[in-house]
Amino acid sequence: MRSILKASAAALVLAAMTAGTAQAESLSGDLKVFLDTSNPAPRATMEKMIADFQELHPDLEIETTIIDREAYKTQIRNFLTANAPDVATWYAANRMRPYVEAGLFEDVSDLWAEPAIADNLASTKGALTIDGKQWGVPYTYYQWGVYYRKDIFNELGLSEPATWEEEKANCQKILDSGRKCYTIGTKFLWTAGGWFDYLNMRTNGFDFHMDLLTGQASWESDEVRQTFANWRELIDMGAFIDNHTSYSWQEALPFMVQGDATAYLMGNFAVAPLRDAGLTDDQLDFYQFVEITPGVEKAEDAPTDTFHIPANAQNKEAAREFLRYVVSPDVQTWINNGQNLGQLPVNAQSSVDDDQFLKEGFTMLSSNSPGGVAQFFDRDAPAEMAKVAMEGLQEFMVKPDNLDRILTRLERARARIYQ
Amino acid sequence: MARTLTAVNAGTESWWHKNQQKLAPWLFLAPGVLFFLFYVIFPIFQSFNLSLYEWDGLGEARYVGLYNYEELYWDEAFYTSLKNNLIWLVLYLGAIPAGLFIALFLNQTVTGIRLYKSLFFFPFVISQVVVGLVFTWFYDPTFGLLNVVLGTFGLPPINVLGDENYVTVGIIIAGLWPQTAYCMILYLTGLNAVDPEQIEAGRLDGAKGWRMLWHIILPQLRPATFIAFVVTIIGALRSFDLISIMTNGGPFGASRVLSFYMFEVALSEYGFRMGYGAAIAVVLFLIMLVIIAYFLWSMFQEERAR
Repeated sequence: MRSILKASAAALVLAAMTAGTAQAESLSGDLKVFLDTSNPAPRATMEKMIADFQELHPDLEIETTIIDREAYKTQIRNFLTANAPDVATWYAANRMRPYVEAGLFEDVSDLWAEPAIADNLASTKGALTIDGKQWGVPYTYYQWGVYYRKDIFNELGLSEPATWEEEKANCQKILDSGRKCYTIGTKFLWTAGGWFDYLNMRTNGFDFHMDLLTGQASWESDEVRQTFANWRELIDMGAFIDNHTSYSWQEALPFMVQGDATAYLMGNFAVAPLRDAGLTDDQLDFYQFVEITPGVEKAEDAPTDTFHIPANAQNKEAAREFLRYVVSPDVQTWINNGQNLGQLPVNAQSSVDDDQFLKEGFTMLSSNSPGGVAQFFDRDAPAEMAKVAMEGLQEFMVKPDNLDRILTRLERARARIYQ
Repeated sequence: MARTLTAVNAGTESWWHKNQQKLAPWLFLAPGVLFFLFYVIFPIFQSFNLSLYEWDGLGEARYVGLYNYEELYWDEAFYTSLKNNLIWLVLYLGAIPAGLFIALFLNQTVTGIRLYKSLFFFPFVISQVVVGLVFTWFYDPTFGLLNVVLGTFGLPPINVLGDENYVTVGIIIAGLWPQTAYCMILYLTGLNAVDPEQIEAGRLDGAKGWRMLWHIILPQLRPATFIAFVVTIIGALRSFDLISIMTNGGPFGASRVLSFYMFEVALSEYGFRMGYGAAIAVVLFLIMLVIIAYFLWSMFQEERAR
């Protein structure tokens, strides 16, 4: 017995030694990871991914904290300053600007200089760049578009529209059949931002949209008014479900599931709950938001979720290794597949899962979005402006006659916020 | 023997022994006073100071003088919040008469009265968050009970929480449910202390019904009424949780009150305006100060009258 114990102990030591030498550099110490992936499926994915990373670095003490996604958005300010983890999730583009400017995120340009990242993540580099430096790495992104009930379209003899006229003609037929065209829940405002993103990018193009959100174009300009005029056509038709101000985006799902509304302009994350609610792939389909002004190059929303190293992190070396691991091709393929996040991998060497929505979204973003790729209304605009503006958008959807007052208010906010 | 000893000691008594009587109360008060200074008084002045700066909570604060107050003056959302605060203050007081009448109704001895009392008190025990959720479902425009009831009377459905004209009243009604229970319990204890001899005397003089209530019962319930007023007004000014749960300030900010607006601009997901939030806090503080000063003053007057 004793000899067996001794032998196994010796074997263990040997195994540990070989494992240690196999590693290029062995990491030790603590690694604190804060995540906002609180929904059940992403949570499980992240936990599994971190467990795999732990196996590669057995000497590392990894401590994972998962915070509710909404609460995280307010807590991040506190923990970045007071009790910083070594790795934290966040969002790309303007949404990370306050923390970058306050010096709370670590400059990780060195990682982006490494060929493994520089060559394979080039497409998202812009979204992670502020002042010519990179401040984090992306781990997933997803397309937006119109998810619709194919069975109802078939029943009414409709086909996927490509132009604004077709979109409205379809909608009229849907309304005539006693249904609503679009479900939406604007209680938390940002869903209205999605509609504005698309309407404005299709009416005035990607560059104008970016000028508007970065404060270089006026909210009282004719271009913006034209966008709202287009939106108003749908509102006046009664295309959106009633009482949408009372619902969150999840609470708006049943209207589509029950067939009271036929389409939903949403991110790809809506597919999972729609499938869970019983819609099969025969009933559910996707099309790219239609062209409005002919000749304007199509641009898409594709929000990118990111990992960052706080400037006050203790174990930055291990954190960098973790970021390298997260963006590596195999991990990207695995965490973004249909069983896990169900989104698109950021690494060009990864493969997109065999899921009709992911494939369609990937094709759309890589070959059918010549105008550019936006993050999202509240990630491209500064937080303060996004808040005021999305409130205005919600008000417009209910009271389109207030448009002038809304635009004056937004213009005043623009003068204050961008200075 | 003992007497001589003390006499000797008296000459050499330490400063501590001499002043013990005077010092003891201060020592006992010290922890409370210190905490009050650090966690209440000091932050008040900090807020005043902060309201003169523009600060995102992370970077450098920039001195802007009274600019935040000027912004407030032009801010429609601020006036909406202020108006809603006033509506809350007025309508929330409805909890006091409602609580009084339930208390009068329950102040009898029949079998099982304890059970009825507990049932009426129940809404105060459950969390405000639960109250908010229950009422949100009750008001739900498509599935809610309210519109089912309205439908049976042939009335069109109303979207209480999605309409900027009804939303504040809708939330206040939800808030009245637990607050009425609170006032009821205050009055029930008050009614226990009502002097039966005075009622007897009133009866002999021919008082009954409303006159009995107004001239004989109510004056004796004065302490309970006072407390009910104070807790209800404080409750109205603190009306944060219900708004956050039921509407999140919406639709388009129509149900915000000052405390919620302050939270939104300074601390919420998109809030990075600490200075502006502090300016709102100062305004809210001044409003509360006026009300509390009035209460203290009337309390003081009452004490003197005795």
